[in-house]
Amino acid sequence: MNFSFLYLMGVAGVGIFIFIALSVLILVWLERKVAGHIQSRMGPMRVGWHGLVQTLADMVKLISKESILPAKADKWLFFLAPFVVFIPAYLSYMVIPFAPKLIIRDFNIGLLYFLAIPSISVVGIIMAGWGSNNKYALLGGLRSAAQIISYEIPRALSVVGVVMLAGSMSTVTIVKSQSSIWFILLQPLGFLIYFISTLAEVNRIPFDLPEAESELVAGFHTEYSGIKWSIFMMSEYANVFAGCALCVVLFLGGWHGFLIPKGEPWSSVVSLIWFMVKTLILIFLMMWLRWTLPRFRVDQLMDLSWKVFLPLALINIGLTGLFILGALKLFS
Amino acid sequence: MIRTEELQLNMGPQHPSTHGVLRIVLRLDGEVIVEAIPHIGYLHRGIEKIAENRTYTQVIPLTDRLDYVSSMMNNFAYVLAVEELMGIEVPERASFIRIIMAELQRIASHLIAFGTGGLDAGAMTVFLYCFRERERILELFEMVCGARLTYNYFRFGGVSQDFPKEFAESARNFIKYMRPKLDEYEDLLLNNYIFQKRTKGVGVLKKKDALSYGASGPVLRGSGIKRDIRKEKPYSLYDRFDFEIPVGKNGDTWDRTWVRLEEMRQSLNIVEQALDGLPSGKVKAWGVPRMIKPPPGEVYRPIESTRGELGFYIVSDGSARPYRMKVRSPAFSNLSLIPVVIKGHQIADVVVILGSLDPVFGEVDR
Repeated sequence: MNFSFLYLMGVAGVGIFIFIALSVLILVWLERKVAGHIQSRMGPMRVGWHGLVQTLADMVKLISKESILPAKADKWLFFLAPFVVFIPAYLSYMVIPFAPKLIIRDFNIGLLYFLAIPSISVVGIIMAGWGSNNKYALLGGLRSAAQIISYEIPRALSVVGVVMLAGSMSTVTIVKSQSSIWFILLQPLGFLIYFISTLAEVNRIPFDLPEAESELVAGFHTEYSGIKWSIFMMSEYANVFAGCALCVVLFLGGWHGFLIPKGEPWSSVVSLIWFMVKTLILIFLMMWLRWTLPRFRVDQLMDLSWKVFLPLALINIGLTGLFILGALKLFS
Repeated sequence: MIRTEELQLNMGPQHPSTHGVLRIVLRLDGEVIVEAIPHIGYLHRGIEKIAENRTYTQVIPLTDRLDYVSSMMNNFAYVLAVEELMGIEVPERASFIRIIMAELQRIASHLIAFGTGGLDAGAMTVFLYCFRERERILELFEMVCGARLTYNYFRFGGVSQDFPKEFAESARNFIKYMRPKLDEYEDLLLNNYIFQKRTKGVGVLKKKDALSYGASGPVLRGSGIKRDIRKEKPYSLYDRFDFEIPVGKNGDTWDRTWVRLEEMRQSLNIVEQALDGLPSGKVKAWGVPRMIKPPPGEVYRPIESTRGELGFYIVSDGSARPYRMKVRSPAFSNLSLIPVVIKGHQIADVVVILGSLDPVFGEVDR
């Protein structure tokens, strides 16, 4: 085993953690601001410039809070669940190419890895639901398991079209093959299915059933408080960012954009800015949807996944195949 | 064969969506409700009994605490009943003022019902918009009587004080502001695909059930029965105003929500007509004694409150205190429909249906 490789990975791991922590701080602030302005109020204003450090203050409060263990709760499941939810979210950052060469590991099955890893978090959610000895939490956990497993299928199928066009599952290759045309233009249907399934995967309105506050109080994290709750919160926003980032990688040309200088030392930085701006636009879209739409019911959610998105994703694969065949015939 | 068990779930009294302190015991088969039993009484203050130890005038502030979302209506019903018992004639201007206040109150109350209906389905923004509009009505009330929630504004033979000068203009501004907002909410919530999926065909209340359980107000009209005491048995001066009674078709949650939105439009019309025709004159009848001592007898006077038929049954023995006061509260009767409408639906539907019944527990428990 190469020692410098391990060293590099360690640095990358810490780097990702800091990045997630920072992005969560900013995203929570952004969410509250977006919600505030949509609802014709200001959102946080007191702590820092336009409440910018409000989340930091909240974080301090959460860390200093007492961590409550409910009576008759399963102690081990209850303590481990937040980490089982957080670690997959953390690991999925491994394969996101932020800019040319700014990627931790470029697997040749990077996309598959990204789609597979979040499934582990289902285990954590069920652990949280079962471990807290609360009926609302249990129902939330079970709903969440059903939802995430159902939406994984259309989500995975919707990216098959992209894989066919790019001819690779490596995230870097996918971005590189979009240098002339973004895949959203060739795969509009795939983009829609992927984006909506991502909404469901990261439990956001209109699919936030696992934590539907009006019916299940807070779903699987009803009994959580303090730092353990904030780990759930962190993994949720980490998932939101990762989901949107992958959407940018797959459909919106990744780091490509206009006005990127060639071969200059700062061209990577400009690419990174492009990537971040695109991701933020998608995140803003998610927030916009969240504060506008009501939520689906659990059976309607399943119907939507199995009866609408799954057939559409299959049709999309067929159409992509025909398109590639036609293009090959035309240009050969 | 998998062995399954029914799950018993206590919803409330501490739950974000039971609209106060309702407890529903649900027997669940998975997420499907086999049986729902409402338990009430968490907000019981014994108002009817307290009233027996207070003078008639002292009861007016007590009625404020019944349905605290529409206090004006409670004042209205109680004052009308006592006036009928004593045979007091109310000046025309006072009646107009009462109707303006009652209809503004109806809008304020329906805004809450409509907004929480959205919140129960997960749409938070509509809820905050509705509260923004309600705030303007509360400002109007504050301008007139100084209070924002429990007004204590009505008196026997009139109201406690006249409108301030700037009220008419502010009220007209509000009407002008409110009309396009209602269209906006219709687009935002009622015509929303997801909201329709959640509410159409959910919690259907059949005409027969609605009548046999004594439902009234928007719940009854949502089921397609055209009954409104303002039209059927006009009290105060309601027979002088021109308004429609919206009626639903299917009796589902969507229809009840729609009826509320439509009633807000009609109330705006009534307020506008009343402001146009507001006569001058006194706001309090002449010769009402300080100490009210109605002649022995009894009276029942229902009015169309925001939630339905709100009636005060008062028995007088000729003394300064009511011998017995019974409140026929619409929210109580509407709430008794829970086992009927919720059965067979899912947990997520419980809160949506409950929201469309719009109970206020100050009135249910009294």
